[in-house]
Amino acid sequence: MPEPTLHLAVALDGLGWHPAAWRLSRAPVEAPFTSRWWASLAGEAERAALDLVTLEDSLDLQSVLPDRPDGRVDQVRGRLDALLVAARIAPLTRHIGLVPTTSVTHTEPFHVSTAVATLDHVSGGRAGWRPRVSARSAEAAHFGRRELPPLDPARPDDPATVRLVGDLFAEAADAVEVVRGLWDSWQDDAEIRDVATGRFVDRERLHYTDFTGRWFSVKGPSIVPRPPQGQPVVAALAHAPVPYAFAARHADVVFVTPTDAGHAAAIVAEIRAAEETVGRIDPPLRVLADLVVLLDDTPGAARRRRDHLDELAGAAFTSDAAAFTGTPGQLADLLAEWRRAGLDGFRLRPAVLPDDLTAITRALAPALRDRGLFRAGYPGGTLRDLLGLPRPANRYAAPATA
Amino acid sequence: MPKQIILAAHFPGVNNTTVWSDPASGSHIDFASFVHLARTAERGLFDFFFLAEGLRLREQRGRIHDLDVVGRPDTLTVLAALAAVTTHLGLAGTLNTTFREPYELARQLATLDHLSGGRAAWNVVTTSDAFTGENFRRGGYLDRSLRYERAAEFVRTARELWESWPADPFVGDRDGGRYLDVADPGGFAHHGEQFDIAGHFTVPRTPQVHPVILQAGDSPDGREFAAAGADAIFSRHGTLADGQEFYRDVKARLARHGRHPDDLKIIPGVTFVLGDTDAEAQERAHHIRRQQVSPQTAILLLEQLWNRDLSGLDPDGPLPAVDPDVSADAISRGRAGMYADPVATARQWRALAEEKGLGVRDLVIEVTGRQSFVGTPGRVAEQMNHFVQSDAADGFILVPHLTPGGLDEFVDRVVPLLQERGVFRTRYTGTTLREHLGLRPARTREAAVAG
Repeated sequence: MPEPTLHLAVALDGLGWHPAAWRLSRAPVEAPFTSRWWASLAGEAERAALDLVTLEDSLDLQSVLPDRPDGRVDQVRGRLDALLVAARIAPLTRHIGLVPTTSVTHTEPFHVSTAVATLDHVSGGRAGWRPRVSARSAEAAHFGRRELPPLDPARPDDPATVRLVGDLFAEAADAVEVVRGLWDSWQDDAEIRDVATGRFVDRERLHYTDFTGRWFSVKGPSIVPRPPQGQPVVAALAHAPVPYAFAARHADVVFVTPTDAGHAAAIVAEIRAAEETVGRIDPPLRVLADLVVLLDDTPGAARRRRDHLDELAGAAFTSDAAAFTGTPGQLADLLAEWRRAGLDGFRLRPAVLPDDLTAITRALAPALRDRGLFRAGYPGGTLRDLLGLPRPANRYAAPATA
Repeated sequence: MPKQIILAAHFPGVNNTTVWSDPASGSHIDFASFVHLARTAERGLFDFFFLAEGLRLREQRGRIHDLDVVGRPDTLTVLAALAAVTTHLGLAGTLNTTFREPYELARQLATLDHLSGGRAAWNVVTTSDAFTGENFRRGGYLDRSLRYERAAEFVRTARELWESWPADPFVGDRDGGRYLDVADPGGFAHHGEQFDIAGHFTVPRTPQVHPVILQAGDSPDGREFAAAGADAIFSRHGTLADGQEFYRDVKARLARHGRHPDDLKIIPGVTFVLGDTDAEAQERAHHIRRQQVSPQTAILLLEQLWNRDLSGLDPDGPLPAVDPDVSADAISRGRAGMYADPVATARQWRALAEEKGLGVRDLVIEVTGRQSFVGTPGRVAEQMNHFVQSDAADGFILVPHLTPGGLDEFVDRVVPLLQERGVFRTRYTGTTLREHLGLRPARTREAAVAG
């Protein structure tokens, strides 16, 4: 049996991931506030048969400062709600997975659950969701319901920071638990339309989630019937042990940020250990490595574009993920090498949109296909199908008897 | 020129107006059903498409209510998807202020307004319902008297956020490196009784600046709330006289808020049944009423008035001899109370049943939810126009009884007659919902200062 091909995702944000991306982008500067922009990017990714696109989100303006707005007007500032953008482009696409980011620190788990379930309904089973923890005190001030102390990123081991991060992830874990419970709160066959008894639903097939936790309690059931995938795909971005454990317990897909192949192998080992520790019974996490990519026809041209961007930004580019600068062929070789570290695929963050996206779709994807590493088209089905994840049984349904 | 009629389409709701037992009844959750209804409304040049909201499944006698359609999609998500398959139709969502926060909801509505090119509308509702609160962080602690206070401050806060970016903020000076021409993009501070928040809003000013605001409450507080700031009011007055009384009352309130009578549109929710002859339409109306009131639903609706367990009652037999229980907690949860004086209403129903010799089901069919407009397309067009021209309404939110085809016949047969009379548009002349409704541009703080 041939090795399964790798999974390829693209992370979409603004006009690209480089802070000076907008200076070189061919797109109108206000493009991120139009549906046409997102539809064209998702369409481009779909023409290359990529697995999914993710959409970034945050309940605050972008900032280069860790905990407050930076007041800068020389970079892209402002964004739309990612989940609604995903819903807006769902009817315009047919195969590609749509994975918006949503904060779980300041939002209602009930609303998030019904929104993602609805995204799954309107996309015919292509919804994913990346829950995100909001640690910034500026975001908390937009809600006025709790105060978060300012975080000092220079002192990650400060006991107060460790406690805060632990609490935020514990709350996020409760939120995902509730969101998933609500997705299961309707059995697939709950709607019966039985004219003889006058019943539209069989209430025995609707279930109260009855969740009570430290931060909230949610009674259920959902108002939305079970989504087509049963459980839409949950993805987590993780850089450290606490989020690795969070992903192992609650996610289907994890995005990680290795710096090289050796680091990738170490992270994969750490994640597999975390799965063991938490007693994961679901299929193993699909581990996708994040890479910021800047692609051009020759290594020199790519380098020059990178230097130009850095010069425009006034600083060398830094990121939580490794940055690749080179040709699509070189990147294909690198992905092949990294993949042998046990990765299931990659989430590429284009440095400049749309240029680096079209380099991915029109040059990288064919190069990977030439190497036998990527599918030629969509096999059909849901996002779970595409990722090789079975449709989960409903936690509330009695197991079928023989 | 005669008054122009506003038309909106309500997606069939989770109550017994919606008939699910008919062979023509399709899915209430498949996106295709929403696409069909929205595109039909747009084909008919309607002003907007309307979604209700429910945040907890209804219960009766402590159990999930199973006789009506149950389940619906999340309002904002399905509206954003519908923006992709329509081009002019307004997209109105009912969104509760009790279980949301201004920053998040203002951001979602602003996003919807951008993604639809200025077609977003928000039906502001409010509840103090602890039953629904069990699904939310907030719980149900909101005092009843604070419902409208919170709603009003919520809308004020949302407007501050919608105006937090100036018009045309983008300079896009790629050589000079200036993306925005704004000192403090999205900066806001709101320090009020209900909300004390400050920071930066992430969404630039939208095509409508303020999405259209609808209001659906009928109490004096609700009317005052609408008069103070809503663009349209979703009312429920079925008869011409009631409609005219409501219309006069609400429009008279506007001057006190410095507003013109045209600044608030009155749009009652109505049902309709068409036929080739008036007699055929009446026959169809009766058939639909029987579908809407199954034997089980008849008992259930009676229980809502009597507030007692009537599960042993014969649906074809006489009404209960006892009076309603007005002391116990409401037997039905998750919907608004419907009867001001249950004992008096029950006595009227009993008297009517005895006089006409009606059993439970036939009595319920007789006294509840009769269709608003029944007749040939010509008669319905004439009646609707009469309603509008005699100031009982500015237009209607049509509530079809079938998903997804319930609007087809109206669009095919009634809309052309309204157009012939010169009281309904023959093409969209604007692009935003504000323009469709004939509303003035949003009254921003700058506009208010400029006078």
